[in-house]
Amino acid sequence: MSERPRLAVIGAGPAGLVAALAAAARGVAVTLIDAAPDAGGQFYRQPAAGLGARRPGALHHQWRTWERLRDGLAAQVGAGRIRHLTEHHVWCVERESASFAVHALLGPEQEESVVVRADAVLLATGGYEKVLPFPGWTLPGVVTAGGAQAMLKSGLVLPGRTVVVAGTGPLLMPVAVGLAAAGAKVAALVESADPKDFVRHARVLAAHPDKLAEGARYAAELARYRVKVHVRHAVVAAHGTDRLEAVTVAALDADGRVRAGSERRVPCDSLAVGHGMLPHTDLAETLGCRLDGVNVAVDDEQRTDVPGVWAAGETTGIGGAALSLAEGRIAGLSIAARLDSRAPEPGSYASAAKARAGLREFFTAVDNVCTPPDRWVERVGDDTLVCRCEEVPAAAIREAVDELGAGDVRTVKLLTRAGMGWCQGRMCGAAVAGLAGCPPTPARRPFARPVPLGVLAREPDEAS
Amino acid sequence: MTPRTPLRLVRARPEPPFTVTFDERELTVLPGQTIAAALWSAGVMSWRTTRSSGEPRGVFCGIGVCFDCLLTVNGRPNQRACLVRAEPGDVIRTQEGTGRHE
Ligand SMILES: Cc1cc2nc3c(=O)[nH]c(=O)nc-3n(C[C@H](O)[C@H](O)[C@H](O)COP(=O)(O)OP(=O)(O)OC[C@H]3O[C@@H](n4cnc5c(N)ncnc54)[C@H](O)[C@@H]3O)c2cc1C
Ligand code: FES
Repeated sequence: MSERPRLAVIGAGPAGLVAALAAAARGVAVTLIDAAPDAGGQFYRQPAAGLGARRPGALHHQWRTWERLRDGLAAQVGAGRIRHLTEHHVWCVERESASFAVHALLGPEQEESVVVRADAVLLATGGYEKVLPFPGWTLPGVVTAGGAQAMLKSGLVLPGRTVVVAGTGPLLMPVAVGLAAAGAKVAALVESADPKDFVRHARVLAAHPDKLAEGARYAAELARYRVKVHVRHAVVAAHGTDRLEAVTVAALDADGRVRAGSERRVPCDSLAVGHGMLPHTDLAETLGCRLDGVNVAVDDEQRTDVPGVWAAGETTGIGGAALSLAEGRIAGLSIAARLDSRAPEPGSYASAAKARAGLREFFTAVDNVCTPPDRWVERVGDDTLVCRCEEVPAAAIREAVDELGAGDVRTVKLLTRAGMGWCQGRMCGAAVAGLAGCPPTPARRPFARPVPLGVLAREPDEAS
Repeated sequence: MTPRTPLRLVRARPEPPFTVTFDERELTVLPGQTIAAALWSAGVMSWRTTRSSGEPRGVFCGIGVCFDCLLTVNGRPNQRACLVRAEPGDVIRTQEGTGRHE
């Protein structure tokens, strides 16, 4: 593969896959690297082969698109134009004079590191779910909504028999429908946003009849499974000793305060909860790419401000699989052209650019409506853990701010250890910022994965 | 009407199951499942206790980000149950605290 320019794509979700296919078809030697054992990312996650699913599409929407991507990948791998490295966890991307060294930890043990060299890098690492703390959220049986979906799609398992799905955002509907179709009793779908707020965005919504139809389809399926939907409601506490036994659901007023007397206990053995998504930006941060808020900043061609580094999909902003596909295509075409010292033909990606503009506008509107009301902070009791890893309660964070004078997330972290544990603040970052009353800032993690010291000391092998 | 299950939904015909042990108890696992999926199928939701207050934990994020699902696999502590696929004969243990006391 040595004569052709080399591209390393990190992440084999919708964005990375489309980009890899577009670039490979235009003569680029692509190495597609992903931590998962199979391609597909979060959206196209599927049952392991050993599970023998004959109708895996039953857990999915847009299965046709996946089949095209899967077959395209197989063809390009067969032709030697894409090398697909599975179970490779990238922990660092290093800039060398005119190229890049992508370092990845191998397999489940993750004590061996290999390196992939490339002339350009595409960051397509997607995102993860944000969950804001509430009393009882650390009980076994409380899982992220996306996590419940991921476990169902790949392992064909359910978190329990009776599930409550709660939080805010467009992921809750497919999760509730997925769990119900797979046999769980979905006792309630609890959404804190008020659909009436969408009226303010009527023009944007009207421009997306396909999205509205998708929403209507989910609503019909929820009705078919007799799922009760509560809008402007929230799960304000989870109850149980060793595991979840019930949740308290309450109505919210226009300010996001609990309506007195509206609390109701709903028995359940699992709660799938999510308050939106956050992009993975660690690799971009260590490369020195500029961020725009919490997203990797990119130009019209999906280029970051670091030459040779592109980013696409949810890492540049949350907006679903269709937006990731459009961004991936633009990135792939841009990379192929730029590695050939040309500018991409605007006509070659005009339709993808149009889709991107529309979907970004749509998801900005969704994001505006599906924001957890600020009052969530008031419902976090002093003894509620905020940092799950280091077991830091809300009281410690409040003390750091009110009594010790911490004015930013970094100082709170140093004073309380919130964010210093295994997950490096990925789970508590947004909550700490909310409780401390300051904007979330990038965490500046040196590595994207915990790295054994032995790995740092050794010369890496080239990936085979 | 037959009850709905995830396996029925996708018309799964799994390869023959195998066994692993979880704290001396035998569990049946379908090929390809992660350790977390195998534990969920057996109705086990927690398999770790935290370092300072000994609180029970299991899967939270389900995708390898939160590290709440740590346990010991074949003598190696701190393995993420949601990422590691179960293999026949695996010896799986709950994990207390840092998992380094074994
Ligand atoms: C748990 C979860 C479940 C979701 N379920 C749904 C759903 O059911 N329906 C829906 O519409 N949307 C769902 N989403 C939203 C979904 O992420 C997007 O719509 C879409 O998948 C984004 O595509 P992407 O290509 O940007 O990233 P992703 O699909 O997230 O793919 C990113 C890929 O990068 C890999 N990766 C990340 N970091 C590294 C690293 N350091 N080294 C190696 N590989 C890495 C990951 O393994 C992953 O395969 C879910 C999101 C999450 C987090
Ligand atoms: S459940 Fe979060 S890392 Fe396994």
